[in-house]
Amino acid sequence: MILDGKCPTGPIQTSWDRHCFDLKLVNPANKRKYKVLVVGTGLAGGAAAASLGELGYNVEAFCYQDSARRAHSIAAQGGINAAKNYPNDGDSIYRLFYDTIKGGDFRAREADVWRLAQVSNNIIDQCVAQGVPFARDYAGYLDNRSFGGAQVSRTFYARGQTGQQLLLGAYQALSRQVNAGTVKLYTRREMLDLVVVDGEAKGITCRNLVTGEIESYWGDAVVLATGGYVNVFYLSTNAMGCSVTAAWRATKKGAYMANPCYTQIHPTCIPQSGDHQSKLTLMSESLRNDGRCWVPKKQSENRKPGEIPEAERDYYLERKYPSFGNLAPRDIASRAAKEQCDDNRGVGPGGRGVFLDFSDAISRLGEDKIRERYGNLFQMYEKITDENAYKVPMRIYPAPHYSMGGLWVDYNCMSNVPGLFVLGEANFSVHGANRLGASALMQGLADGYFVIPYTIAGYLATTKPGKAKTDHPEFKKSRDEVEGQLKKLLSIKGKKTVTDFHRGLGKIMWENVGMARTAESLKTALREIPKLREEFWQNVNVSGGMAGVNQQLENAWRVADFFEFAELMTRDALHRNESCGGHFRVEYQSEDGEAMRDDQNFTYVGAWEFKGLDKEPELHKEPLKFENVHLAVRSYK
Amino acid sequence: MSADHNAMNLTLFVWRQKNAKDKGRLERYEAKSVSPDMSFLEMLDIVNEDLIKQGSDPIVFDHDCREGICGMCSQMINGVAHGPEAEITVCQLHMRRFKDGDSIYIEPWRSKAFPLISDLMVDRRAFERIIQTYGYTSAHTGGVPDGNATTIPKPAAEMAMDAAACIGCGACVAACPNASAMLFVAAKVSHLGVLPQGEVEGARRVRAMVAQMDKEGFGNCTNHYECEAACPKGIKVTFISRMNRELMKSIPTGDEVSAAGGF
Repeated sequence: MILDGKCPTGPIQTSWDRHCFDLKLVNPANKRKYKVLVVGTGLAGGAAAASLGELGYNVEAFCYQDSARRAHSIAAQGGINAAKNYPNDGDSIYRLFYDTIKGGDFRAREADVWRLAQVSNNIIDQCVAQGVPFARDYAGYLDNRSFGGAQVSRTFYARGQTGQQLLLGAYQALSRQVNAGTVKLYTRREMLDLVVVDGEAKGITCRNLVTGEIESYWGDAVVLATGGYVNVFYLSTNAMGCSVTAAWRATKKGAYMANPCYTQIHPTCIPQSGDHQSKLTLMSESLRNDGRCWVPKKQSENRKPGEIPEAERDYYLERKYPSFGNLAPRDIASRAAKEQCDDNRGVGPGGRGVFLDFSDAISRLGEDKIRERYGNLFQMYEKITDENAYKVPMRIYPAPHYSMGGLWVDYNCMSNVPGLFVLGEANFSVHGANRLGASALMQGLADGYFVIPYTIAGYLATTKPGKAKTDHPEFKKSRDEVEGQLKKLLSIKGKKTVTDFHRGLGKIMWENVGMARTAESLKTALREIPKLREEFWQNVNVSGGMAGVNQQLENAWRVADFFEFAELMTRDALHRNESCGGHFRVEYQSEDGEAMRDDQNFTYVGAWEFKGLDKEPELHKEPLKFENVHLAVRSYK
Repeated sequence: MSADHNAMNLTLFVWRQKNAKDKGRLERYEAKSVSPDMSFLEMLDIVNEDLIKQGSDPIVFDHDCREGICGMCSQMINGVAHGPEAEITVCQLHMRRFKDGDSIYIEPWRSKAFPLISDLMVDRRAFERIIQTYGYTSAHTGGVPDGNATTIPKPAAEMAMDAAACIGCGACVAACPNASAMLFVAAKVSHLGVLPQGEVEGARRVRAMVAQMDKEGFGNCTNHYECEAACPKGIKVTFISRMNRELMKSIPTGDEVSAAGGF
């Protein structure tokens, strides 16, 4: 089937404004008759719940953490992009639009990206009004810095905690609505099913993570803002609780999953130190401004870095990409590091690391200057590794960080299931095959503050309030299904823990569906995933019972969903016979190792319809048209 | 870098309490072959994996981002909130801080306002209710002026950021002999109060938040400064002085009394 993104036609510059006018409205007196469920309280969900509550809708918001302030948006360090052009350096909405389309390797929708660039400026204004303490200069004006993939300074920041400060802004706006009585907040609740009544999303089923009860909530529309899925790799920079569960359960209820193979592997993370490791920590990309990446030329080198003479070092990024050097884009820097380690020239435990060396910068600028620029990062590095990076080179290795793919949505952020809206990282919409730095925060807040408040009315105006409530048989059916699955997990009483299986799945995914993929590795994964999944359902040991707090049970359902999702993700990677952005197929590269897109055959969004576990999913295509930006090859030589 | 020859054996005494009604007790566990490179929570993960394999219930503890920013993790380690290292959360604490043969006591935050849920997990919704009372500026979505329309002196922006760094973990309450939430409340009052966007509602905010803090059952400040010592983000007690000053200044005059519902 050919999917229609329902994008406005005509000049792109006016597309969003015209669309807003064409959308139906819900009159102020009628808004409170409609109930909207918002799942997830990160930047997208928190902003959406706050804004919809403020408009007068009856909102119920849900998060698995004990507070809406703890969603993983909080961990974003660098900043948020906007086309303000405050530095007078030639930025514009068009340029932000262009950079985002190109950065995404021409695999995103033009209209969505235009809107994102257009509302980016409103976000900064909004956050300032909320009291977000952005960095300022001595004149009292907002400060900007540069980020990858752009030649202008358009990134706004609050020290190294931009995500935290933006999230606190949204959280406080949300708290204000809770106080006003327009939003009811449910913490320590995890969504375990989408309730679909007569083809439309009308509610959710949750587990109360404190009492263990399975609860039903009805709404006239459901908004998912449940983040990304890179914990499918087990080790990632995501929080421990981040999962694909909400999105995957929606997929099983008919929503299409788009481009799941587009995952971002961030090049500068602290390497794994042993099998005990539970997650990976990101080090800001800005370190590559002064650090030089190298590995020993000799394989299986045993000498300490200081004992390896200059001539026996390979500064591989400078060698391969002389014009961008150590500042090559994320996807390229990550793949290059992996190649060195695969070639047995990696450093540190298990040979999975490369050096990021600051000694040249220190002798050029002095240790104080480096401390001033990166002191907090060096300190964080020392806490984790017990190594002083002023004296010995840092060791870094790429780690799964972000998912560009997600649930398919049209221009209104509504999925193919009417009434189901998807925002932020959970949808597939604006980053194409590769996300630029400082754009994730921009998207989350754009969707939550400035898109959903308009587009949701277009749907609600067509539906009667309270069409299906929790006494509808579909709610009971959903509760029974969820309860059945949890009871089954608890009854297996096998020999391996949930973590054992998650680690196993992560290994399959990382080795075969990671930074470099081949048809062969993907087929291997497609054989191994179902095997391990079958073992999981026969041999997992989930302790405790249905009642009360049971963190093992929580992990178990998340991992169970990752097992099913992993197969779809692999299938998507196998079908996409091209390399683009974060999806690198070894077979599709130029002679000098660059990614080769196949615009002839793959300029489309691949949206998968779940047909049952033992059946092939069906692929639906949404063709992508580029009328405002010309398709071109990205090169960083 | 092999961790094996550095591996430690530790004795843990962990607070176990199935739920709020259950009677709690310290249980003894042996943590064997602990690598110094493990984080404290990874050490607990390993203990839990063993407990599951033995058919026992694993230790319940809150955690999420494991990089010191979400504020979810919350443990008293040998009587110190977030453990022995300054300005970090439990998730950032590494086992190289301990020695082979050490005994480690692990307990939940203890405060009347943070009722226990299970083992090391407590209910911190009192913090939520304080923020919901007035921990915000009343800006609507949309219709706000350009971000540069009001200049903010750099020192004010920096001070706001120092206060806004709070992660809402509750260590300040756990560390305080009075179980006071003054540092938490003062941080938010100051973050918003020093900015022109928040100053407008400053008087109403400080009164409302302090009243809610008292209502939740937190104690008062008697200048022990344990909160500052325990704070993983290094938030200074000077914000408490600042809040007290703001509170005094906020004593309403004339028609403000009725608008604020009395004081």
